[in-house]
Amino acid sequence: MGLTHTTGPGRTVAAEQEPGRRRSRPGDRRRSRPGAERPNWLGGITSWLWLAIVIVPIYWIVITSFKAQSSYYATNPLAPPPEPTLANYKMVIESDFPLYFLNSLIVTVGAVVPAVAVSFMAAYAIVRGGSFRFLRGVNALFLMGLAIPLQATIIPVYLIIIRLRLYDSLTGLILPSIAFAVPLSVLILSNFIRDVPKELFESMRMDGASEWMTLWRLAYPLTRPAVVTVTIYNALTIWNGFLLPLILTQSADKRTLPLALWTFQGQYSVNVPAVLASVVLTTLPILFLYVIGRRQLLSGLTAGFTK
Amino acid sequence: MSVFTTPARRGTPPAATGGARSGVLPWLAVPALAIFVAFGVIPLVGVLFLSFTSWDGLGEIHMSGLTSWRAVLADPGLVHAVLVTFLVMAVSWAVQTPASILIGVFLAGHQRYRTLLAVLYFVPLLLSSAAIAIAYKALLDPNFGLGAGLGIDLLTQDWLGEPVLAFSVVIFVVSWQFIPFHSLIYQGGVRQIPRSLYEAAEMDGAGRVRKFFSITLPQLKYTIITSSTLMVVGSLTFFDLIFVLTVGGPGDATRVLALDMWKRGFQAGLMGPASVIAVILVLVGLVLALLLRRLGGRDANASQMEGA
Repeated sequence: MGLTHTTGPGRTVAAEQEPGRRRSRPGDRRRSRPGAERPNWLGGITSWLWLAIVIVPIYWIVITSFKAQSSYYATNPLAPPPEPTLANYKMVIESDFPLYFLNSLIVTVGAVVPAVAVSFMAAYAIVRGGSFRFLRGVNALFLMGLAIPLQATIIPVYLIIIRLRLYDSLTGLILPSIAFAVPLSVLILSNFIRDVPKELFESMRMDGASEWMTLWRLAYPLTRPAVVTVTIYNALTIWNGFLLPLILTQSADKRTLPLALWTFQGQYSVNVPAVLASVVLTTLPILFLYVIGRRQLLSGLTAGFTK
Repeated sequence: MSVFTTPARRGTPPAATGGARSGVLPWLAVPALAIFVAFGVIPLVGVLFLSFTSWDGLGEIHMSGLTSWRAVLADPGLVHAVLVTFLVMAVSWAVQTPASILIGVFLAGHQRYRTLLAVLYFVPLLLSSAAIAIAYKALLDPNFGLGAGLGIDLLTQDWLGEPVLAFSVVIFVVSWQFIPFHSLIYQGGVRQIPRSLYEAAEMDGAGRVRKFFSITLPQLKYTIITSSTLMVVGSLTFFDLIFVLTVGGPGDATRVLALDMWKRGFQAGLMGPASVIAVILVLVGLVLALLLRRLGGRDANASQMEGA
């Protein structure tokens, strides 16, 4: 926590009120306020304290997942495992987790790709076709959809899925997941498409490009960072989804990871290291996606500037 | 837990792009519309319909008029569930908001630690609520958890077995999950405050506290509304977390509306009353969204850049 105060008072002031991009301002500005400020103790302490609160449980989860069940009770819970073991992970993997992983992957990919595709098309239409009353209505409908809590519609969704004979199937999870992803995706994507200069659309039109071509050749490349962001966000939401699998599936071989975690925990609640290994294991793919996504987000943004 | 900060109020009708009136355009919106109608709009109407029926979730659906409504409205359990829902909403807002603003202001000023903090702060958002709840259940276990292992009596309590403690745990875990995210929103908000405002205040000799209350806080108005909207509407969707952590217990201490609906419908097989709860949930969501939207006015510039 002491780290926050290594910068001199004058420096702190400058850093505090000067976001990175404005750094090129004359330096004498900083010197013009000598020692007017003391470090922001309260904010600093809160930030680092909260970082500790965030990190300690995660640290505990990770180290414990490598402990043998026998040594779990014998050792200091915050000390690293004396003899790290992969036995917990082995046990989790042998409990059909690869199958649940595959189910989650199918549902996530199967829902995110169509959700982003149809949302992008709709967002494009809403931005470009503002003169159509129909499209204004569609936009209003999606906006209304944002205000409604998902679980509130779960009972009719359950009924519809039963009637469609999709109960206890991965397709039955995919369809509602797409629908729930649409409103927010359309909102975000249309905000970005709106920022594309109108002249570009005009020149495409002059060149005789169809709307479909303009969508893919102009709007999509220019808003790709937004598409990536929306994709990651939806993937995260659907991958972590719990309510739909809980209500719309029944058999063990249709479980997705969050549901599998829950049942695993119910079975092995005494075996804390194994439960925590299952938590770590189900989070790894998302961490992976986050790492990949961060980089792609950045490259997408820079590509947008250089072109 | 929305990663985006663009709230519903950005819903001004899209600017008509004159001239480009192509008949193809409406068709492009049809696939999204179709799936949203099938699994969003129809269920919304359907839930109102089902609230006038009796159905056990498996057999035939019978019309039953106002029976379910009467039963639910006369049930003291409903008042309790509404109360718990609003309590969770209010307390989690009151805990998260000051902490997030404080951290956000701090993060906005310190280049050096910003990236590190931002990367680490993001981690709780990646975990599923189920995973978080399961980990905390293990961590807080009075016999096998962290407190027992460290031998600290203060930490070795029946965290999920006492009503007040269980409620506090829910609030804590929610805060653990979402304070980092809201801090990042506030960080973005603070960075958009024009520096000239602070310079003017400094000329007048304003100190840090004065500047915070006279400039930072008023300038953050729309960020506060955005963040609060997400917190408040989001708090209606804490189903996963509470379901795994406490299943609404002990007793009914953490039985929020969403959980009440699940218990009535999918546990007791009373889909009619459960649909009544669902309708109430929809109304609460809509009313809150409208209220917050009015609070935010018709402004569209405050939150445009933070989420991207």
